[in-house]
Amino acid sequence: MNWHSFFFLLFSLVCCGFAIAVVATSNVVRMAFYLVISLSATAGLFFLAGADFVGAMQLMIYVGGTLVLLIFGVMLTAQRAFVSMRTAGGEWILAAIVGSVFLMILVQAAFRVESWTSPTTAEVPLEEQVTATRLGMGFLGLRVDGDAEADASTQTAMTGYLLPFEIISIHLLVVLVGAAYLARPKRRARQEAS
Amino acid sequence: MNLLTEPVGLTHYLVVGAVMFVTGAVCMATKRNALGVLMGIELVLNGANLNFVAFSSPYLRGSSVFLGLDGQLIALFVIVLAAAEAAVALAITLNFYNNHATVDVDEADRLKG
Repeated sequence: MNWHSFFFLLFSLVCCGFAIAVVATSNVVRMAFYLVISLSATAGLFFLAGADFVGAMQLMIYVGGTLVLLIFGVMLTAQRAFVSMRTAGGEWILAAIVGSVFLMILVQAAFRVESWTSPTTAEVPLEEQVTATRLGMGFLGLRVDGDAEADASTQTAMTGYLLPFEIISIHLLVVLVGAAYLARPKRRARQEAS
Repeated sequence: MNLLTEPVGLTHYLVVGAVMFVTGAVCMATKRNALGVLMGIELVLNGANLNFVAFSSPYLRGSSVFLGLDGQLIALFVIVLAAAEAAVALAITLNFYNNHATVDVDEADRLKG
């Protein structure tokens, strides 16, 4: 038995199954719980693809941060009428048709390219040590991955990500300040009234 | 074609990513709860992330043709952007709930012409 394939099958079934369960259920609390399981299984798929740092960040930021934020939103708005909001049957049928057609197009596109369908059994040299240094250097604008086989033409395309990194840092700060401003309690009206 | 014994290729990852993307899109289209729409967005972003990571993986494409670390770097950017998007969207949803006492997106038709 190929354990890589076994764990890939396990994680992908959990991932897809609970993603479909998110769509199928109409209870928003259960949707949040199924989403947590689905995204955790996605982190497992990241680990299997060799992206250990991205998988860890998926667990820490996405499951531990973003989804907890969403669950707080669910708890703050879970009045009795909004816990379970049903969709009309006609919309379900329309969504199922459009979704299955869309899925067929995407799966066909995935199988269309020849070099994607043939799994490589080539031996990939294992890293000497699992480290996030190469990712961090990429964020700092210096690419240290694959320098040996990269010739001059691909070297120019392999740029670092220093400017997007700085932009996204400021973006996150501005967005969080803006979110706190949007969700602030309205005090001024009460003071004017009193 | 035995999935348990044959090695996993890039196509397997792309199919899983496609399933997550389509379920997220259907979730965005059918849910009436605003938070359900947000969860659909999270599913879509994760499907895209899975494709980025799969394309950059040396284990799936061999060490000579893989994309380098670009896919993993962009996946990290997507994770941070999803966190920012969830914060703002949740703030807007809570504001809408405070003002209109509902989270039904069908009720948000004040701007309709």
